[in-house]
Amino acid sequence: MNDVIGLAPWLIGFPLIGAAVLLLGGRATDRWGHWLGVLASGAAAVVGFILLFRMIGTPAEERAVDHSLGTWLSAGGLDVDLGLRLDPLSMTFVVLVTFVGTLIHIYSVAYMDHDVDRRRFFAYLNLFVAAMLTLVLADSYLLLFVGWEGVGVASYLLIGFWDTGRPTARENAVAAKKAFVMNRVGDMGLIAAMAILFATVGSVGFADVLPAAGGLSEGTATAVGLCLLLAACGKSAQFPLQAWLGDAMAGPTPVSALIHAATMVTAGVYLMVRSGPILEAAPTAQLVVVVVGAVTLLFGAVVGTAKDDIKKALAASTMSQIGYMMLAAGLGPAGYAFAIFHLLTHGFFKAGLFLGAGAVMHAMGDQTDMRRFGGLSRFLPITWITMGLGWLAILGIPPFSGYWSKDGIIEAAFIPVDGQPWRAWVFGTVAVVGAAITAFYMTRLFFMTFGGRRPRWTENQHPHEGSPLMWWPLVFLGVGSAGLGLVLGIGGTFTTWLEPVVGHAEHHEPVLPVPVIIGATLVLVLLGAALAFRMYAVQLVPEEAPRGSFLTRAARRDLYQDAANETLVVLPAHGIARLVQVGDRDVVDRGWGVLPLAVSWFGAMFRKVQTGYVRSYAAGMAGGVLVIALVAWLVVRLGAGLGGAQ
Amino acid sequence: MEITNYVVLAAVLFAIGATTVLLRRNAIVVFMGVELMLNATNLAFVTFARLHGDLTGQVLAFFVMVVAAAEVVVGLAIIVTIFRTRRSASVDDVNLLKG
Repeated sequence: MNDVIGLAPWLIGFPLIGAAVLLLGGRATDRWGHWLGVLASGAAAVVGFILLFRMIGTPAEERAVDHSLGTWLSAGGLDVDLGLRLDPLSMTFVVLVTFVGTLIHIYSVAYMDHDVDRRRFFAYLNLFVAAMLTLVLADSYLLLFVGWEGVGVASYLLIGFWDTGRPTARENAVAAKKAFVMNRVGDMGLIAAMAILFATVGSVGFADVLPAAGGLSEGTATAVGLCLLLAACGKSAQFPLQAWLGDAMAGPTPVSALIHAATMVTAGVYLMVRSGPILEAAPTAQLVVVVVGAVTLLFGAVVGTAKDDIKKALAASTMSQIGYMMLAAGLGPAGYAFAIFHLLTHGFFKAGLFLGAGAVMHAMGDQTDMRRFGGLSRFLPITWITMGLGWLAILGIPPFSGYWSKDGIIEAAFIPVDGQPWRAWVFGTVAVVGAAITAFYMTRLFFMTFGGRRPRWTENQHPHEGSPLMWWPLVFLGVGSAGLGLVLGIGGTFTTWLEPVVGHAEHHEPVLPVPVIIGATLVLVLLGAALAFRMYAVQLVPEEAPRGSFLTRAARRDLYQDAANETLVVLPAHGIARLVQVGDRDVVDRGWGVLPLAVSWFGAMFRKVQTGYVRSYAAGMAGGVLVIALVAWLVVRLGAGLGGAQ
Repeated sequence: MEITNYVVLAAVLFAIGATTVLLRRNAIVVFMGVELMLNATNLAFVTFARLHGDLTGQVLAFFVMVVAAAEVVVGLAIIVTIFRTRRSASVDDVNLLKG
């Protein structure tokens, strides 16, 4: 391991250099800039695989390596070393980010072919990858935070990439701003967590903090855990900071794939799993993490059932799937491995689904309304098959990859925590119901797009498969969606792989026998899928969305998340701002206004003395001299009188 | 001669001068009042010099005369300038410094 560790900084270095060259090179790099972007990401992927294979070849207990790059900052009691931590957890992310990221880069070469700013787009993509790799490779919360912010900036730049010259330019810019601001709320949590850790442990490095987590008081651990959860909620679009994710679809489709599969939203799950020891010291925080995950997974699933925009439906699905991962991350060591496993398989099938959606949009002239698709399987066979693999994977149909990871989460959710069976029942049921709803909305998406007896296209549509640059990444991702779970899941390979980092999970029995859980989940998933098939493949899909029930209308409007944010946060914030403004103007300004008023009043009084008549000044002087003389005389007389008395 | 008489004369001259300065509007007349006050002071200086048998008072009287001569030169120049611009020598017309 140590002979190749020197390569690790290049994981971040390659994409960072790529971004720098493309941004500083300007128009001069327009002609070959996109290939440089692909090369930078690809080089990072190669380094990632070299390190991965070397790590697999080392004994399990020697796999975690801290690679120090020297002192970063030394200020008083705070010493932070700049260093990278390579262990099975970060390597999993490195491989996911670089491999899926590179596929998305390749896809983008074709997808953004006609965009005049393609070079800038690739610069941002490289920046995104570099920031995400910094985040996962950091060996301290502070360096992690650098990547965390870098991811935020890159996502802002990419979501608002089309912010000029389009009819939706303004909405795109607003969506980017919304994502950035909501992420900022989460960032506050990470800063607060670091502050508490520094105050109690005296360090923000993983090597110091995580082993010391067991010694923290429960209150401190709970505070840190909740602050970290806030951060994770912002970055991973978890309830209640989920509202930015749907709007983030304003970005070009490869960006959505990158945000949802490889970078950005997975960062929150990474943070939770990396901070596992802190959460384990705080059962309350763990429970909150599980609740947030459960709420979000249902929230996203319900929203997904009503969305007609293919990208927004997929966005809701991501929210829901990340909810599963958060739920698992809150279950302790039994869940960590499955959270990361699901993250990995989700990275593949969700990237495939998004890139597939991009291919569909590309074929249909940027149409995103699924009610205007239908019958596309004949025209886009490769997209159809690869998205089909992704669809089966996210449903959790064995042996596709989603089954291995999601089923693990559902089983883990059914294990009682601290001997409290109610938690197992509640969260287990939520997970199973979520799986059924997932089956419904993903089947709906799939058949509204590819199935149906007659196309519902707008005029002049000639759907056709894109260039090989677009469908080869789809094939790779499709194969990953189909087989990755089987390869890593069978015999618990992946769980064993992560064990050195997340610890060994004691085996506990779920409240229901495992075959019953698997069987019930499968039956519900098939029921959900069958219902959607009946509604959207057998029956005709209306081109205009029917009014729908109350729940449908609510789900279409994201369960009123924007209205809720508006009422609960924006309006009160406006109120406070107005109060401060009025207070400043009417209390502070007016208060200080008294001083100049008094000065000017005195001035007005005494200006009357200045008559402009020389003789009155002379009279004043004469009178003054007289008064002084009188006083002097009196003083002399008085002094003489006193002197006489002595 | 009683020394008191000189002092009283000086006081009377000073009072007349001061009254002139305070009451008259014509700048030339005001100026004459000022000269009267200066000379009243000179008389007082000389009187007390005599009384004390000390030359300091007489020396001071000379100083006052020299300064008064210079003051007359400057003052008359100002008055002439004012008269040229305003066609009037009244001190009440010169009121640009009115607040």
